[in-house]
Amino acid sequence: MRQIAEVGYRSLPLIIASGLALGTVMTLHTRSTLVTFGASSMIPTVQALAFFLEIGPLVAGLLLAGRVGSGIGAVLANMRASEQIDGIESLSIDSFKFLVVPRVVACVLALPLLTLFMDFSGLLGGYLSEFFSSHISFDLYIARAFSELKWSNFIAPTLKTAVFGFIIGVVSSFFGYTTNEGAQGVGKAATNSVVVSSLLIILADVILIKLIFFVFPESAL
Amino acid sequence: MTGETRPAVVFEHVSKAFGPKQVLRDISFAVPAGRALCILGRSGTGKSVTLKLLMSLIKPDQGKIWVEEDEITRLNESGLSRVRRKMGFLFQDAALFDSLTLYENLALPLHRLTTKSQDEIDATVDRVLGQVGLASDKQKMPASLSGGMRKRAGLARALVLEPKILLADEPSSGLDRITAAEIDELLILQKTQRQTTVLVVTHDVHGARTVGDLFAVFDKGDLVAFGTAAEIERSESETARKLISEHCP
Repeated sequence: MRQIAEVGYRSLPLIIASGLALGTVMTLHTRSTLVTFGASSMIPTVQALAFFLEIGPLVAGLLLAGRVGSGIGAVLANMRASEQIDGIESLSIDSFKFLVVPRVVACVLALPLLTLFMDFSGLLGGYLSEFFSSHISFDLYIARAFSELKWSNFIAPTLKTAVFGFIIGVVSSFFGYTTNEGAQGVGKAATNSVVVSSLLIILADVILIKLIFFVFPESAL
Repeated sequence: MTGETRPAVVFEHVSKAFGPKQVLRDISFAVPAGRALCILGRSGTGKSVTLKLLMSLIKPDQGKIWVEEDEITRLNESGLSRVRRKMGFLFQDAALFDSLTLYENLALPLHRLTTKSQDEIDATVDRVLGQVGLASDKQKMPASLSGGMRKRAGLARALVLEPKILLADEPSSGLDRITAAEIDELLILQKTQRQTTVLVVTHDVHGARTVGDLFAVFDKGDLVAFGTAAEIERSESETARKLISEHCP
């Protein structure tokens, strides 16, 4: 529970703020283009599809790789450097099960939930931006936003972030748990955790999207 | 080494290297149950490695290590876990879990490894913290403890499972003489009242002479002297004679 709180609850402000900002900025960008083609009514639909399909899952994954991945890497590396992991082993407690498993599980469980917050914050940011431009009502914005969205557009991309969470948990735990460079290793573990898990998330995203298209052909736009 | 005469700890021809650096070379010694061994030597001569080998936190390259009747170099993880429960380890910097309170640090192994009820765990933690003079500090985080308090807290955690063998790595390093003497007194109490076998790595000759029944002197990875203080003073090794001398600067 402590790890879920650390990974999930404490990441919420970053996720919500980023979602709001991204939603606002994206609407500002798409508006000028869509208005040119007389398709401004499509803005909520585009916004929802973009966030639920790709922006929400990927950005939430990358943000968590930065905030949580670096934290896990640094904490475990510090525990290794200060002999806390040896201390756990000396008490006949399996340090891997005690330290690594809860962190990986927390990342796997928290990331899909955080992705939902990211998606809806993005929609809210988009609505606020649209409201100030066109005074659209909230009900109409939501109706348009979800008019083209299928369950497969929503469930599969959200659940794929569990894989991102697994990548963040495993990669950052690996770099933190296995460091043997003392205090210097703490910074290195944090940096490597962020860089490698971010790269793997982007790579996994490509593979998972191909997989989702294969399993749910109707979700391919 | 059978029956009642079996020592608590035996090292047989143990060697350990880290890369090209040979840290321990063909080390053999035995510590009788209920006695205190102080391991002396200059920095980087493999003293702390000896304790970590005994706790099986690292593996020897050669040789055998016995903890009572168990040859730990041949044990699997579940066997090691059983043997580790016989031992308590006071780390040089205490190695307290910095995200847990002092109470949680001590209660953790009791929760995980015993069938004690919550009341029994509370009572055990209170008793052990009382022994080291930290009963009123149990809700503090490790970061808020002084160096001496951290050492005592580390000792309390090492003692909470009532180990038969206590390992202490530099228990008095960084402490003033009075606090160091308090730690030494706790180690002596453990040995005399509970018949715990104690292995102490230290640079504090005065403390070593207070706590130790036996002394092992390491120099450049070799065990150059082993025996009582009087025997070390008559050793052929000049390093050993210097290290055991209280008057050595």
